[in-house]
Amino acid sequence: MDSAVKMRAQNVNFFYGKTQALKNINLVVYSNKVTAIIGPSGCGKSTFIRQLNRMNELIANTRCEGEITLDGTDICCDSIIDAVEVRRRIGMVFQKPNPFPKSIFENIAYGLQVNGIKDRQFIEDRVVESLKRAVLWEEVKGRLHESALKLSGGQQQRLCIARCLAVEPEVILFDEPCASLDPISTGKIEELILELKKDYSIVIVTHNMQQAARVSDYTGFFLLGELIEFGKTEDIFTKPRDKRTEDYITGRYG
Amino acid sequence: MERHLDEELKELHKEILKMGTLAQEAIYKSVEALKNRDKAGAQEVIDTDNRIDELELAIDERCIDLIARYQPMAGDLRFITTGMKINAELERIADLAVDICQRILGLIDKPLLKPLIDIPRLSDVAQEMIRDAIDSFVKKDADLAGKVILSDPLADELRNRVQDELINDYMAKDASTSSRAVPLLLIARHLERICDHATNIAEDVVYLVKAKVVKHHREELA
Repeated sequence: MDSAVKMRAQNVNFFYGKTQALKNINLVVYSNKVTAIIGPSGCGKSTFIRQLNRMNELIANTRCEGEITLDGTDICCDSIIDAVEVRRRIGMVFQKPNPFPKSIFENIAYGLQVNGIKDRQFIEDRVVESLKRAVLWEEVKGRLHESALKLSGGQQQRLCIARCLAVEPEVILFDEPCASLDPISTGKIEELILELKKDYSIVIVTHNMQQAARVSDYTGFFLLGELIEFGKTEDIFTKPRDKRTEDYITGRYG
Repeated sequence: MERHLDEELKELHKEILKMGTLAQEAIYKSVEALKNRDKAGAQEVIDTDNRIDELELAIDERCIDLIARYQPMAGDLRFITTGMKINAELERIADLAVDICQRILGLIDKPLLKPLIDIPRLSDVAQEMIRDAIDSFVKKDADLAGKVILSDPLADELRNRVQDELINDYMAKDASTSSRAVPLLLIARHLERICDHATNIAEDVVYLVKAKVVKHHREELA
């Protein structure tokens, strides 16, 4: 049985100036599932997930059409919903770990503070809880007030995940979260994603096909701004319907 | 774009073909040995089976190596996994040829119970099914594979006819015919099993070509 729909993109188009980067995208993000987006560089996959939480709005001279719903409510550019609120409910983790040049504690508390939370005890509890959920607590519990920049790349990435979890999002977008990590850190992030999907809906953009196959339940293949094929991950990687998908995942493209 | 993996898959394809040729030869020689009551011919099939066993192991190893090194996907993955399965089917077919030859050796010093009619027919069906199954793999021809799958009931019917005749017309009437009837009955059984393995190969070919599972779902062939 398919699970509930968390987000739905309908006829989404996106333009950088006159260049159309997304062409009529229709895609569903299911609750408590991992949806992987794959495709060659420049296919629009990062643009697409940045549209899901309206990060694209921050880029000048861009334009978007269509509808993106979260729990059935339109949250896309033309909607009345505030983009900051959208980004709180839909968190994002980037390719390169980007901790603030602050302490481990402050990195995670920051999101709560900008959301107006002042209760010291509440913040402390939430920091600890977020670090535990991101499976980083055991490694940093004695040094919460040291600079986050002292952490290894893999730890920094889990810190960014903890920072994202602290504001209690419902959907988490991962844009190539393991691109700059070693295989051990990559393994930890993948395990974490599988753990997190119990409580969140997850979308991950990845160039690593094996990673998409390992962690995702659904996979969408993008090419030249179009969604070529979308389906259950097991079907996409064993019996894709479209020859372009087959060519891409078997490394024949180009 | 030609990939390094394509070279490897071509080699795998060649080896599976070789395996198919050897299995086909084993069946052909065992059927000939039965027709001609040829002891040396039957013994040869038994003695050369180890070549097939060795090739089976080599193909398996190659497939596992390809999966480990290339993490194949989609059509590549289906080719390698069906290659492994077809490899195992071919090895079983060759083993059944050996079984037939052992039955022949058990029969050869006794007078023939009756002229053989349905067994040669069944052996023709078996050889045709094997040939077509291997051809369907080579040509990636799902229609030919479908034909193989649909031939299987004929093999079952011939086997039943042999069985009924040997039991009802001979063994039930005169138990002393058993030592000559049972080997014939087993030969029919081995030939019918060969047809089952040919059917399995054909089902694997349909999956390889069409990504459709027809195993235990014959209605999917339509």
